[in-house]
Amino acid sequence: MSIFDYNGGGIVAMKGKNCIAIGADRRLGQQMKTVSTNFKKIFRMQDNILLGLGGLATDIETFSAEMEYKLNLYNLRENRKLKPTAFVSLVSSTLYEHRWGPYFVSPIVVGLQDGTPVISTYDSIGCTTDTENFAVAGTAGELLYGLCETYYREDIPAEELVEIIGQILLAGCDRDALAGWGGVVYLLTTDNLHIRELKTKQT
Amino acid sequence: MDTVFGFVGKDFALVATDCGVAYSIMRFSDTEDKIMAVDDNKLFAMGGEIGDRLNFGEYIQKNIHLYTFRTGIKLNVREAANYTRSELAYAIRNGPYQVNLLIGGFDEEGPSLYWLDYLGTLQKLTRGAHGYGAYFVSGLPDNWFKPDLTLDEGIELVKKCINEVQTRFLMSQKNFVVKIVTKDGIRVI
Repeated sequence: MSIFDYNGGGIVAMKGKNCIAIGADRRLGQQMKTVSTNFKKIFRMQDNILLGLGGLATDIETFSAEMEYKLNLYNLRENRKLKPTAFVSLVSSTLYEHRWGPYFVSPIVVGLQDGTPVISTYDSIGCTTDTENFAVAGTAGELLYGLCETYYREDIPAEELVEIIGQILLAGCDRDALAGWGGVVYLLTTDNLHIRELKTKQT
Repeated sequence: MDTVFGFVGKDFALVATDCGVAYSIMRFSDTEDKIMAVDDNKLFAMGGEIGDRLNFGEYIQKNIHLYTFRTGIKLNVREAANYTRSELAYAIRNGPYQVNLLIGGFDEEGPSLYWLDYLGTLQKLTRGAHGYGAYFVSGLPDNWFKPDLTLDEGIELVKKCINEVQTRFLMSQKNFVVKIVTKDGIRVI
């Protein structure tokens, strides 16, 4: 079994009309054994930047802490907020810093830059892909792709985007044994961040 | 393989471990206490490689005490658990400690239980277990647990869990140590 499949998880992010949503399951497992149904995989980096992480749980925690640390230092040094596009590059370079001893994570960065949605996804050593529409990560990634393709369209309004991401997450993670046990969706609009918890099949 | 399990009740946190120490095909001891007390309100129940368990346990315990001596501030359970996680997360890439822990404690936030594995994965739980015994024990707290578990109900649950492991686990685990933390401190059952 791959080290990325040890703890399990599914993350999905999608662009909407001046808004963006990212959802993740809540399972933490040790291969086939479920340890917790409350594991956080999406982190709020800044008012307009969210970081979702799939992969090895310990590296999810370490990496999100390292990104928060770098972001805080940036704020203190530059006395201004970090732009989402800059954060995208920061994640990529941080991952490459550990080229020969990488963090086993699959990050998705999600942000709103002047009202324009930004999504980026990476491999574990920092290869950035700026996607146009949606991104997936985690063991349930491939399963989520099909649903994303089906439900995506241009300029989805915010309320509908939350519903769509929720349905995609539920259906996709239901098919993956290592992901599921609850879900959480973060909706980022220009005004605020809305968090919704999902009840899923408890298996 | 060490069995470590624990859960949280209304006003207490309970952890239990087996007492066996094995080396290759031989059983060295039946009376090993694998639960270490840190300050007077935290219990570190550890399972794994014996050298790492002793070394890492003492290292964390002494460092937490050192912090108290240096700053005069006593770490609460969440802080101690996060500190332990950062040590494990650093070590996993430099010289791993093969230790899985359950940290049970009681502080101003009430009773709490933190599950930590040797990779540095930290999770706050109401019930958790490590080791092969975890496969046997996990079902029982899931079934009998209530958020306002009293101490007597907790002890009954522990007895059920110990019974299950002794009946069904391949390796004989004769003795178990059970310790609880309440607002009045640590007690051995």
